[in-house]
Amino acid sequence: MSAAPAPIGTPAKQTKRRRLKPWRFMPYVFVAPFFILFLGFGLFPLLFSAYASFFRWELTAGLAGMKWEGLGNYAFVLQLDDLPWSHFFSGEFWSQLYARDFWRALYNTFWLGIVSGLPQHLIAVPLAFFIHTKFRRARNPVIAMYFLPYITNTVAITLVFSSLFSRDFGVINQVLTGLGRLETFGVHPLAWLFPVQNVDWGRPEYTRPIVSFIVWWRFVGWNTVLYLSALQTIPKDLYEAATIDGAGLWQQFRYITVPLLRPMMLLAVTLTIIGNLQLFEEPFILTGGSGGVGQVAETVAMQMYKVGLNDGDFGTASAVAWLMFMVIAALTWLNNRTLGRKD
Amino acid sequence: MTASQLTAQPVAKAPATSRRHARLLLRSLKPSGWLPYAIVMLGALIMLAPFYFMFVFATHTNSDILSMPPPLWFGSALVDNIHQLVALRPHFWHSLGLSLWVAVAATGLNLFLCSLGGYAFAMYEFPGRDTLFAGLMATMLLPAFVGMIPFVLLMNEIGWLNSTRALIVPGACSAFGVFMMRQYIGSAVPRELVEAARMDGCGEFGIYWRIVVPLIGPAMGTLGLVTFIGSYNNFVGALLVMSQQEMFTAPLVLRSLQGTGQTPWGAISAGSAITVLPLLILFAVSSRRLIEGLSAGAVKG
Repeated sequence: MSAAPAPIGTPAKQTKRRRLKPWRFMPYVFVAPFFILFLGFGLFPLLFSAYASFFRWELTAGLAGMKWEGLGNYAFVLQLDDLPWSHFFSGEFWSQLYARDFWRALYNTFWLGIVSGLPQHLIAVPLAFFIHTKFRRARNPVIAMYFLPYITNTVAITLVFSSLFSRDFGVINQVLTGLGRLETFGVHPLAWLFPVQNVDWGRPEYTRPIVSFIVWWRFVGWNTVLYLSALQTIPKDLYEAATIDGAGLWQQFRYITVPLLRPMMLLAVTLTIIGNLQLFEEPFILTGGSGGVGQVAETVAMQMYKVGLNDGDFGTASAVAWLMFMVIAALTWLNNRTLGRKD
Repeated sequence: MTASQLTAQPVAKAPATSRRHARLLLRSLKPSGWLPYAIVMLGALIMLAPFYFMFVFATHTNSDILSMPPPLWFGSALVDNIHQLVALRPHFWHSLGLSLWVAVAATGLNLFLCSLGGYAFAMYEFPGRDTLFAGLMATMLLPAFVGMIPFVLLMNEIGWLNSTRALIVPGACSAFGVFMMRQYIGSAVPRELVEAARMDGCGEFGIYWRIVVPLIGPAMGTLGLVTFIGSYNNFVGALLVMSQQEMFTAPLVLRSLQGTGQTPWGAISAGSAITVLPLLILFAVSSRRLIEGLSAGAVKG
């Protein structure tokens, strides 16, 4: 719509008399491709899924087979009826809620998002600070090593991880049991910390931790790079003044770096939230698309894919998508309110 | 050893500095001195280990990989693994070619369209500019997966399923790219130059092509790398639109090898290594520019 070749707001009389100058309308032509592509391939599907979420609609029926359903799809996804509301504060309520597909997927998504996301930032901020203050010549190679996971193919690397994590021949079990069985002077000093027997990583309680680890592994370097770039903008004399005043490294980190990093934290955490709540590739590939035993690692995005494209139930899948959209919007807003409160 | 390390330091600023170095050295003998470095290096090893094992496994037969203990050093079965991979998935090389073609085409289109859009946002005053730019930035926050299913339907309607167009065209002009180009062009191209060219009768597109493009090489390099990597790695997009085996991109082929009875780890590792290799080579020659370019774009926002 904004790609109209005539400038909005130029006086009509003038344009009638004089020939339109190219620099008046050419910028619209130059920015048009983005907006045309976005309207066609981005916004249209998005809005259409909002529309479709109110219809009962099977894959086989085609566009003509859409039947008005109102909020029925949302009710079907949420499955809020016959929940034991009176047991809200007991485990009974929550285990029943977890038994319902959407809520389980939402829980999984949050679990994975927090367990993979929080350590990303808790490690990336001090790591960036440390690299920034302590590394000179080794700086770029170190950053590159941490950044490497970010650029690699998720499918390839997730498959490698699934072989590393296998029970009988996995390298990770080799390392862990090797440490656990380590023997010096007849005692096993590390046996309390590391397993002595091979861990069966295929068991459901390990699926989410493994997915989280892979996601953490992929993005910790990316966040470190973001924070490093923000650190470069903090004036050096602030640290010098603090050093003269007798502030140690920790105090400098706590009272100069962390407050001044706040805008970048806002950006980086927002990106992590938006990305993690759409988590799809790592759990999808690691669990072979199934979500694992008991669907412990089935995220909302995976569920939407399954309901929409495997089961062919577009209406329900669209309702799932829009519920998730609302969750993401709410969290992004909340994050803006808390981390961005000073700007 | 202590003495040599002391003298190895540049002692330029007289006693104060050398005392400082001595103090630093003493500190480096305490755990609080070297432990952080050790942790950082251990972390770096964890980052690299999966790549190492990918290449190690790519050179071992399946039974080697499944043996106790697993191989930790390179073997000699690389060629066998590649043969097995091609036997299992005859389209593998074709798929790799498709992946590369999609990435190259998407990169070319993005470089052209994003720099053109960024140029307009950076160098022109036009009504609605700021609103349009704010809208463009806002699109980056939209979760793409919400429109996933209608996107597939749309591709079906216009007949782009199982065609590389579906992977190239929709992402041909990224919001991030336009944003990055605007930032860079705004700081790297002098306005006077643009105006002077216009006075001399150069057309608007001519200004872009003859004046702006030659000046924005570094930004083009960074955006090109980002786009290439993103497009080459695109798994979800391919999963959605490619259903025929002969149109599979490399990530889809790798994924299809998984969970077929006895998982052929050797072949998977070889395929993974071959797929990741172009990225590693690209990263080896460009990591510095890539990291700096990516973070520079993020900071200014």
